[in-house]
Amino acid sequence: MTTCCKTDSRYEELAAFIEGLPDRRGELITVLHKAQGLFGYLPREIQEFVAEKMDLPLAKVYGVVKFYSFFHMTPKGRFPISVCMGTACYVRGAEDVVDELAKQLKIKVGGVTEDGKFSLDTLRCVGACGLAPVVIVGEKVYGRVTPAEVAAILAEYAEA
Amino acid sequence: MADVKMHILVCGGTGCISAQSDKIAENLRRCLKDQGLEEEVKVLLSGCFGFCEQGPIVKIAPDNTFYVKVTPEDAEEIVAEHIVKGRKVDRLLFVDPETAEHVADSKHMEFYKKQMRIALRNCGFIDPENLAEYVARDGYMALGQILETLSPQDVIDVMKASGLRGRGGGGFPTGLKWEFASKYQDDQKYVICNADEGDPGAFMDRSILEGDPHSVVEAMAICGYAIGADKGMVYIRAEYPLAVKRLRKAIEDAREAGLLGRNVLGSDFSFDIEIRYGAGAFVCGEETGLIRSMEGERGEPTSKPPFPAEKGFWGKPSNVNNVETLANVPVIFLKGADWFASIGTEKSKGTKVFALAGKVNNVGLVEVPMGTTLREVIFDIGGGIRGGKKFKAVQTGGPSGGCLTEKHLDTPIDFDNLVAAGSMMGSGGMIVMDEDNCMVSVAKFYLDFTVEESCGKCTPCRVGNKRMYELLEKITDGRGTEADLKLLKDLALVIKDTSLCGLGQTAPNPVLSTLDNFWDEYEAHVKEKRCPSGACKSLVSYYVVADQCKGCTLCARACPAEAISGKVKEPHVIDQEKCVKCGACMTACKFGAIIKK
Repeated sequence: MTTCCKTDSRYEELAAFIEGLPDRRGELITVLHKAQGLFGYLPREIQEFVAEKMDLPLAKVYGVVKFYSFFHMTPKGRFPISVCMGTACYVRGAEDVVDELAKQLKIKVGGVTEDGKFSLDTLRCVGACGLAPVVIVGEKVYGRVTPAEVAAILAEYAEA
Repeated sequence: MADVKMHILVCGGTGCISAQSDKIAENLRRCLKDQGLEEEVKVLLSGCFGFCEQGPIVKIAPDNTFYVKVTPEDAEEIVAEHIVKGRKVDRLLFVDPETAEHVADSKHMEFYKKQMRIALRNCGFIDPENLAEYVARDGYMALGQILETLSPQDVIDVMKASGLRGRGGGGFPTGLKWEFASKYQDDQKYVICNADEGDPGAFMDRSILEGDPHSVVEAMAICGYAIGADKGMVYIRAEYPLAVKRLRKAIEDAREAGLLGRNVLGSDFSFDIEIRYGAGAFVCGEETGLIRSMEGERGEPTSKPPFPAEKGFWGKPSNVNNVETLANVPVIFLKGADWFASIGTEKSKGTKVFALAGKVNNVGLVEVPMGTTLREVIFDIGGGIRGGKKFKAVQTGGPSGGCLTEKHLDTPIDFDNLVAAGSMMGSGGMIVMDEDNCMVSVAKFYLDFTVEESCGKCTPCRVGNKRMYELLEKITDGRGTEADLKLLKDLALVIKDTSLCGLGQTAPNPVLSTLDNFWDEYEAHVKEKRCPSGACKSLVSYYVVADQCKGCTLCARACPAEAISGKVKEPHVIDQEKCVKCGACMTACKFGAIIKK
C-alpha cells in the first residue's frame, strides 16, 4: 500500500475540513477535491478514511472517484505531463506529439516512468487553442509543439 | 496622487497567460516604475481579447494601439518608445496579410470588423477583478432598474420578447425556461449557472468568467428575482483555476457592495451565490447530470420529466442556464428586448460566440450576429485556411455536432439551419479542417471522446458507442468492409433513437454527418484500403521517387527504424517491412523526393 500512515498530519487536516463543513450533505466531491489536493491522489486508504468520516459506504466514495476524470487513484510523476487532446489540438497533430512522448518516456498514456519522474496523460481542452497543440509539464505550458521538439522539452527536466 | 493618464491592458486570458503575458505585465510595471510613471500609467491584466492567434496581446488606451505577439522582453521598448516618447512600436503592430500594412487599431482589422460583441462586451476592456470598472460600463444598472421598476413577471416578459435562446447547446428559449421555474412554488428555489464547459475546443464560457465575471453574477441575481429564488449556484470546472479565482472575487466584491446578500440594493430581494466544483465529466453539462453532481453523486442524467424547473437541486425548483446565455441578460434590459430581437435571424436572436480553431489562420474567440454565414466566419474573420491549404470541413457543436462542407459555407448560422444541415450549434466550438484531415479519423476521435465520457447508465450509449468506435478503428486500420459501413449507419440511428440523455442521442452525429458528406472517403478506406488524406498510418506507405532523389542520405539518417538504405549520390529505397510510417524522412528530404500514398 502507500507510505502514508494515519498519524500523518494531512489526515488531521482532512478530518478537520470535513468536521468544519456546515452541512455534509452533497459535499462528497468537495471533500475529494480537498483530499486530492492534500495527498496528490486518492488511494483506497484515503477513500476509506473519507467514507468513515462522511458516514458513507466505501462503494459510494469509490463510485464517485471512478466517475470523474479529475480524480485519480495512482500517484502522478514529479513532473506530470499532459497533452491537450481537445479537437483544436487534435486536428493540428496532438496525437503525433503524444506518440512521441510515449515513445521517448517508454510509458503509455496514463503511466508513470519507473523513476517516478514523469507521468503522461491527455486532457480535454485547456482552451489555449491559439497555441495548439499544447503540452503542459507541471505548470509550464508549451505551445505549438511538434514531435521534433519533444526531446528538447524533456531535456529541460534532465537535471531536476 | 497623479491622475492616471494611460492604461496598458495586457490580455490575461488563459491562452495569453500560457504565453507569459503575466510576465509581460510584470515587466511593464517594472519599466514604468524605473521611469517614475507608475502613478500615471496603470497596467491591467484584462480578459480575453479574442484574437488568440496573435497573442499575447497588449492594448494601450486611450490611443487604442493594439500590439500583437508581445514577449516579456518587449516591455522595455513599449515603455521607452510608446509611453515616454509617444511613438508606436511598429514591429509589434498587426500586419494585415492582404495589404502588408501595419494596423494599429483593432477596429480596422478584418478579424474584428464583422464581429458584434454583446456577451463579450467587456472582455478585454475592463479589469475583471475590479467591480468599479464593471459598474463604469453600466454594470448592475439593469439589476438596479429591475428591482425598482419591474415585477418578476415583467422580467420574464422582457426575456421572452428578446427571443434569447440557451447558448449551451439546446437552444431552448430562456424566457420560457424562467417562466416554468417561476410557476413552481417551494420554500427554496435555485438559480444554477452551468459553467462546466466540457466541449473540447470551446472556451467562450471560461473567457467570459475570466474577463467579465460580474456580468454573470448580475444576470443570476436578475434570474433569481424573476423566478423567486434567493440562492444561486455556479457549477464550474475545477480545471479552470483562473476563472474560479475571478468569479470568487466578483462574488465577494458584489456581496461587500450590497449587490448580493440580504436586501440587495436596499430592496426586499435577497440573493447569494455559492460555487460548486465539477471534476471532469462531460455528461455533467447535461442539466440533470449537473444537478446530480452538485449533490455529490455520480453525474448520471435522470429522465425528464420531471424537469429541473419542477424538481432540480435537492428536489427543489431550479433554473439552469449556461454562462454565455447569462452574459447576454443584463444588456437585454439596458438596451431593450426590441433591440436584442432586431439582431439575428427570425428564430435565433442576438449573437453567438464561437471558438474558432483548427486549420484556420486566425484562431480566436469571435462573436457574430446570428445569420452570419460560415464563409464569413472562416474566411473573412478567420482569414482562411492555414498554409494556403484547401478547406475541407468545419465541425460545429463539438462531440454532439457534425461536420459541414463546402456546400454549407453560405448557410446563415443559426440554431435551426445548423440542425437542418446535419450539425448543431452546441456550445459554439468551430473547428476548421483542411485536406490533410481524414474525416473517418475525425469521427473516430469524437467517438473516442464519447465512449470515454459516456456515464454508462443506459445500454445504447454505453455499448453502442463502443461498438461504433471499434468499427471505425477497423476501418482506419484497413480491415473494414462495405458491410461495416452499413452496420455503422444502422447502429448510429439506433443509438440516436434510444439513448436516455442528450449525450447519447447526439453521440452518433459526427459519424452520421461524415457518412453523409464524405461517403467517398469511407469507401476509399474499405474498398481500396486507402486513406485519401494520408492521415491513417496503417493505410499509407512512404516511397522514394528515384528520379528526384539526390542520394544525400538525409532521409536514411533521419529514419528511426533504419528502414532506408542506399549509397551516397544514388537513389535510396524504403524497406516497407521495417518502415514505422513516422514521416521523418519526408520532413527531412529537401528535394520533395519522398511521397506517401
